[in-house]
Amino acid sequence: MTSVTDVSTPVGADVHTLSGAPVVFDNLTRRFGATTALDRFSLNIAPGELVALLGPSGCGKTTALRVLAGFERPDSGRILVDEKDVSTVAAQHRNMGMVFQSYSLFPNMNARDNVAFGLHIRHQRSSQRRAKAAELLDLVGLGEHVSKYPHQLSGGQQQRVALARALAIEPRVLLLDEPLSALDAKVRAELRDQIRAIQQRLAITTVFVTHDQEEAMSMADRVCVMSRGHLEQVATPAVLYSQPATPFVGQFVGVSSRISVTRRGDHVEILGREVKIRGDLSAVPTGELEALVRPEDLDVAVNPTGLGVITHRSFLGATTRVGVGVAGANLRADVRSSLADDLDVGTRVDVSVNARDVLVAASQPAS
Amino acid sequence: MASLELGAEIADPSQIDAPYGAEAPLNKPQRRFRWGRGAILIVTAAYFVVPFYAGMEYSLQRPTGGFSLTPLSQIASAPGFASALWLSTQLAVITMVVVMALMVPTVIYVHLRLPRFRRVMEVITILPIIIPPIAYSVGVLESAPQWLRNSQYLLAIVYVILAMPYVYRSLDAGLGALDVKTLVEASRSLGSSWLMTIWRVLVPNLRAALMSASVLTLALVFGEFTIANVDNWQTIPVWIYLAPTDNPRINTLVAMIALLATAVVLILIVSLDRSQSRNSRRSA
Repeated sequence: MTSVTDVSTPVGADVHTLSGAPVVFDNLTRRFGATTALDRFSLNIAPGELVALLGPSGCGKTTALRVLAGFERPDSGRILVDEKDVSTVAAQHRNMGMVFQSYSLFPNMNARDNVAFGLHIRHQRSSQRRAKAAELLDLVGLGEHVSKYPHQLSGGQQQRVALARALAIEPRVLLLDEPLSALDAKVRAELRDQIRAIQQRLAITTVFVTHDQEEAMSMADRVCVMSRGHLEQVATPAVLYSQPATPFVGQFVGVSSRISVTRRGDHVEILGREVKIRGDLSAVPTGELEALVRPEDLDVAVNPTGLGVITHRSFLGATTRVGVGVAGANLRADVRSSLADDLDVGTRVDVSVNARDVLVAASQPAS
Repeated sequence: MASLELGAEIADPSQIDAPYGAEAPLNKPQRRFRWGRGAILIVTAAYFVVPFYAGMEYSLQRPTGGFSLTPLSQIASAPGFASALWLSTQLAVITMVVVMALMVPTVIYVHLRLPRFRRVMEVITILPIIIPPIAYSVGVLESAPQWLRNSQYLLAIVYVILAMPYVYRSLDAGLGALDVKTLVEASRSLGSSWLMTIWRVLVPNLRAALMSASVLTLALVFGEFTIANVDNWQTIPVWIYLAPTDNPRINTLVAMIALLATAVVLILIVSLDRSQSRNSRRSA
């Protein structure tokens, strides 16, 4: 049997290496009544790339995936796959493998028949179908479960069979619609690594929809953050975290504290220190402003006369996250756990910013 | 399925998330006999069994005393019985084929594309039960084209409408137990046409619902009297009522056999439905 850790090693010679196709979302708009689910959404995906569509509920990420799959027709705009416009092509002719959020195995078929279903549709011979289904089930670590029916498999196993079924048709693009969200944490982490390893090995272009930023950041080559039907930012996970392009991304990806600031030209004053404003200065709103500061960009030091007070602390392993109440705001700061022994709740501290630049947004009314 | 011990290395990833039901069997709770339920069951059973026993006793009792199975062998040769059975069978088959061909795609379409229309469908499909059969029969006869009026197929068309409430509800319940949208989309993404999706994915998973709908249709056609009588067709129920036999015990015996057969088939349907529900719950 092939295990999760085996996916980097070759299986049978008959498992085809898939070639990824470039995908372009070109100015797509999709409305449902008065709601605009996709608002002039554009995105280029390179061959073999795994792009995660990340955003809160209702941001349009699933609609974008369904338009790509052919289950929704855009009101305007185009979908290009391999430089061909497939906007009007029916779903069954797009040759895209899809894994769904809910378990989508056909209950009347065993694992092998589920995987072989797409090959049957393509009129492949029975012996070929069986051989390929067996290879793919081996690939996902279920070689010994070929005869089991969906109700005899766990959720994680069912999603693996669904992945094998999607790969069996040698799709041009693999679509993953929150395939891990119904699974428990341990299985989710394992399957996440397995999907990524298989995707990289087969070099198949993959679009992965999720609302879980940890999942998106750990799996994707690039993450596309969406909000209210449009693209906020698309970048590598590292860039997305360290250089969020918009306040929404800064707030949605990772953890940020909002600190009231005063603008002075291209700088803002935060906690007594001047810090450069990140990005386009002309896009900085007028009026009251707040800086978005990551926990690792705040330094905390014990000082009996300091202005800040520790309000809570959470041990995270190598770091400890502390809440600091200062000037009416509650900031979150990360401190190395080995240096956090003195930071008990109620301790007075000094807080300072160590970032070179910060993202600035319009002040939000207190909730 | 191998069990995992604490501290043991996990050698096989497929074993990590064990399937439902793979754990050690749970102790089944002891079932307690409920007297209230038992009393209701006994009264209900008596309600059906006593008349059935009386009918069978009347049919199989010799005039001289004791019982005989001879009337059973006389059924086939009873005047008009074979033709009535053949007509009822034809009508049942035609009705089942037509009602399924109409209702299966309709109910699937409503589930997938018009879910808000389900309540309207429920109201529409209940109408054949609300409208009195005699009014219905006269209306259909008056509105049917001349060439169809003298055909037995007119009766089948009427039965299709009469069967609609039962067939719709069976299929609706069957589809309700499936995640139809996801199954259809999964099938289509794999390259399957609509027809192939219905035939290879949905219909096999609706087996119990289809069987239930078929048997209810069969029972309806074999039990319907009013419209067949008004329309002058001698189906089995009409034959039982009018048959010119010199031995009325045979008519009663046929009625009892029909009742028994229907009861057996309905029990089979309930068993199948339970089995399908269990499988659906487990795979959900």
